[in-house]
Amino acid sequence: MALNTSTIREQFPFLKETVNGHPLIYLDNAASSQKPARVISRMSRFLESEYANVHRGIHLLSERATAAYEHARTNVAKLLNAPREEEVVFTRGTTEAVNLVANTWGKENIRSGDTILLTEMEHHSNLLPWLKLARDAGAKVDFVPMLENGASLDIEAAKRLLAAGPKLFAFVHVPNTLGLENPVVDLCQMAAESGTTTFLDAAQSVGHQPVDVRKLGCDFLACSSHKMCGPSGIGALWGRHELLATMPPWQYGGEMVDRAYYDKPATFREPPARFEAGTPPILEAAGWAEAIAFLNETGLDAIREHSVSLASLAAGRLQQIEGLRVFGPKIRQSGIVTFSIEGVHAHDVAFFANERGLALRAGHHCAQPLMRKLGSPSSSRASFYLYNQPSDVDALVGILQEAVAFFR
Amino acid sequence: MDNELYQAVLMQHSKQPRNFGPLEGATHSADGHNALCGDEISVALRIEGDTVSDAKFTGSACAICTASASIMTGEVKGLTCDAVQTLAGNFRLLVKDGTGPDLPKKLEVLSGVHQFPQRVKCAVLPWETLVSAMKSPVS
Repeated sequence: MALNTSTIREQFPFLKETVNGHPLIYLDNAASSQKPARVISRMSRFLESEYANVHRGIHLLSERATAAYEHARTNVAKLLNAPREEEVVFTRGTTEAVNLVANTWGKENIRSGDTILLTEMEHHSNLLPWLKLARDAGAKVDFVPMLENGASLDIEAAKRLLAAGPKLFAFVHVPNTLGLENPVVDLCQMAAESGTTTFLDAAQSVGHQPVDVRKLGCDFLACSSHKMCGPSGIGALWGRHELLATMPPWQYGGEMVDRAYYDKPATFREPPARFEAGTPPILEAAGWAEAIAFLNETGLDAIREHSVSLASLAAGRLQQIEGLRVFGPKIRQSGIVTFSIEGVHAHDVAFFANERGLALRAGHHCAQPLMRKLGSPSSSRASFYLYNQPSDVDALVGILQEAVAFFR
Repeated sequence: MDNELYQAVLMQHSKQPRNFGPLEGATHSADGHNALCGDEISVALRIEGDTVSDAKFTGSACAICTASASIMTGEVKGLTCDAVQTLAGNFRLLVKDGTGPDLPKKLEVLSGVHQFPQRVKCAVLPWETLVSAMKSPVS
């Protein structure tokens, strides 16, 4: 079923903002998404009548806060179709989830001479923690290459590299630049045949389309609340219980400890508590739970269809601008369109667009090696989500035509 | 709006930058980049005795950065290294808050930048790269 965009737009207060008298058009969703009124009011209601620390107070507010926090875990587990709720570990976001696994599972399992397999499409967050781990362990890093213009991963090369039996294959589900979706099911199956553990960066997919860890077949998955209408400051690591159960803590303190002593080693709680040292993002969890309820009610299939169709429309029309190059596959598979314009620098494009109310992203999109490989150290990106509409594409195309005339 | 920032003279420098290309016989050089937006620029100098006798730049950068580099390389030729240092400091003041001591007329075309804090780095990057080039002899 198609989305009712006007009903959705009424629920997003940010759309009332203007820039120099122009209505604000937000096409920077791949960086972060805007929040609906119900998430905002859920968070203020929580602060007014439910807030305290979690899991420790024997009093009314702590009980309420704990219930809200654990309700968020239930919602995330359901969103991912996780077999067990305890498999969901709250983190600050995707980046922290990657670092958590690199510093625990990674340190326990990656040895000198082992191989970590990544892809050329990774965001810095799913690249730098693994490179650091490999350097520390004396492990080797291989990259699954991509085809011309970032059209897709080179699946034949992936097959070959996975057949060699790397210890870990960490890769992105929906890259933040290329407008494609990687074939996770096939890749995880190939990895499983070689006994390779898989880590999926799902920052751009969860909350934008159905994501089912049982169907995908990965071992770990990371995602962030702020990319899916929830607040920043919280995200999740999902991991198979048998893997989480073998992993040591990585941060120490309150909440994660079972028995502590002055004179002998402490013992630690079972997952997920073992990986949630200190006071967690409680308010953010309440907000995220509400965002997930909102997305479920809206329909994740419909959200995906909506964003992809707007991105397809935009990619098709942008390509008619002389000297404009769109990266990625011919047919859009996600709501993301990254492009460069000959003779016009991306920073000028984004500035020019902002003066007219249009929010675009310019730069390397936290994927410097990828953009270098594509021969474009700086590019522009338009990314669509549920509150965008076809007239946003008209504005984008019109403003870019104007920018080309001005700068070239 | 755009016109306060992208003045006509500035756009000329950006579309047809002066002193753009490799510098033969360069004695000093440095690379600079703006991680935020992807500007990448290299500045090459020929320093004879105490004086910058020639300056050129290469790279891929936005209109503000390119124009700033174009004007800068013209202005510093013939100045002593000390004078270049002082000029770089004064230029930073100009684009950060629109103040500062008198500057050569040509540099004033960039004074509008101070109204757009997110573009200050673009204007200053060539100067930062120039200052670092003066300390980096070509080996």
